[in-house]
Amino acid sequence: MIVFAIFFLFPIYLLLITALKSFDQVSLSRMWDLPTSLSFESFDRAWNGGDGVIGMRGSFFNSIYLVFPATIFSCLLGSMNGYVLSKWRFPGSDTLFTLILFGMFIPYQSVLVPLVQVLRTMNLYGTIPGLILVHIIYGIPITTLIFRNYYATVPTELLEAGKIDGADFFGIYRYIMLPISAPGFVVVAIWQFTSIWNEFLFGLIITNSPDKRPVTVALQNLSGSQFTQWNVQMAGALLVALPTMLIYLFLGRYFLRGLMAGSLKG
Amino acid sequence: MAFLMILPSIIAIAIFVYGFIGWTAFVSLTAWTGIKPDFTFVGLDNYVTVFGNGRFQTNMRNTVVFTAFFLVTCLVLGMLLAVMVDSRVKGEPFFRSVYLFPMAISFIVTGVAWRWIFTPGSVPNDPTGVNLLLQRAGLGFLQSNWIADNRVIPDWYPDWSKTKLGVPMAMVPVIIAAVWQMSGFTMAMYLAGLRGISEEIKEAARVDGCDELGVFRYVTLPLLRPVTLSAVVILGHISMKIFDLVVSMTNGGPGNATEVPGLYMYTQVFSANKIAQGAAVAMIMLVLVALLIVPYLRSSVSKEVE
Repeated sequence: MIVFAIFFLFPIYLLLITALKSFDQVSLSRMWDLPTSLSFESFDRAWNGGDGVIGMRGSFFNSIYLVFPATIFSCLLGSMNGYVLSKWRFPGSDTLFTLILFGMFIPYQSVLVPLVQVLRTMNLYGTIPGLILVHIIYGIPITTLIFRNYYATVPTELLEAGKIDGADFFGIYRYIMLPISAPGFVVVAIWQFTSIWNEFLFGLIITNSPDKRPVTVALQNLSGSQFTQWNVQMAGALLVALPTMLIYLFLGRYFLRGLMAGSLKG
Repeated sequence: MAFLMILPSIIAIAIFVYGFIGWTAFVSLTAWTGIKPDFTFVGLDNYVTVFGNGRFQTNMRNTVVFTAFFLVTCLVLGMLLAVMVDSRVKGEPFFRSVYLFPMAISFIVTGVAWRWIFTPGSVPNDPTGVNLLLQRAGLGFLQSNWIADNRVIPDWYPDWSKTKLGVPMAMVPVIIAAVWQMSGFTMAMYLAGLRGISEEIKEAARVDGCDELGVFRYVTLPLLRPVTLSAVVILGHISMKIFDLVVSMTNGGPGNATEVPGLYMYTQVFSANKIAQGAAVAMIMLVLVALLIVPYLRSSVSKEVE
């Protein structure tokens, strides 16, 4: 068990010790050794740039700026869809649900060509709002799935009681379902935040200028060139990993629920 | 009323998933090369070109190799971890969290870290990364060129193939990184399965004279078969789509030795401007994924309805 734990942790060990070394301490033959003194130079370089490195600060804030609206809107849409598809079934609603779900498994390569064309005509290509829109739309399947499963556990009697009290379709949603939806929202929001933060392909395709890049694309560019300042790369990787790692550390339970929902059989 | 509430989502999915797939399918039947759209109909020409192309055959070889090794390793390791965690040893929540945390980080972060670990340095005297560890452990003979290794083993090159068949050695580090990232997820699935098996069934088997190994072999394993099926579908479709990790670790290199269809499609469309051919590659990927996912999706949803 401990052997496996070492296998899972040693890349993080390497990231940490390398990122905490100062530039003159970095030597390839000592790459696995602990730093002799702590230095935050690498983080400073990865964050602010300088000496041929494009700092990741701008990209970090791009990602922040895109991840919140995209998460919030995909949660809301998922909640509405989940409500209808679990409690107001109509003929064909299960087929419709299956058709929506398929959208989360497709290789996104199969939509990229028209996506770029359509975003161009909407003047959203190369912009962060364009990327937000894309994340909202392709987030619909998973958010719908999680909310539908969550609302399916709400007893139908609760809705019947609402109807007797005179609540209509929206009234039931607003005054009965939404107030008990908080745990569902937490699971979906954490899942969406993590996936959108970590996403790479859409970011790469849709943002064509360096100042619009999300953080994963910036990290790939930082390390993609023939650039050998490993300590700056490792510091950059840690900066990218930090927000989702913090979420995992403190809210891992909810993250796991989203993860299991994604396999459809959790 | 109910329909009105989900209408925006239905329209969005109808256009951005099904409409766009239809459009990609259409583009794949045209002659579109270059910046300007060219919708001259050419039938299946692009598919013929792509399948006859050595580079795409290399892609398919890589997908098969990657999928096979990735799946088997994830399933075995995931099962092993789940059984160990399920035995409720001391510190079980800690170990479970450790095994699962790579799921929370980006494939790009994983790729950057593992790329450095598998950068060979100059073998044998001035090694870096894992080669350096091997040298220090006195296992220098295990040193290898890892992500820079252009060998294909067993390097079978039959007449009907335009690519060398076998395992591209540079793919091995990518598979290890992918297993590192995804085996915790497999563990979580198996763990959920294990916790769903009632103690009475196991006890009944023990009464019938099974030892612990027999209980595992004849009771636990068969009951976990649905979990294995789910894991195969989920991991299998991920490996058919793998893109981020390959880009950040090898970018398809050395040469095209580790290139996968997702990356080939990207370079065809966004660097080489061969839009129609890229669309054909995308459609092939979609069909492969659909063959795996659609039956699974239908059985999942219909089972729920019962």
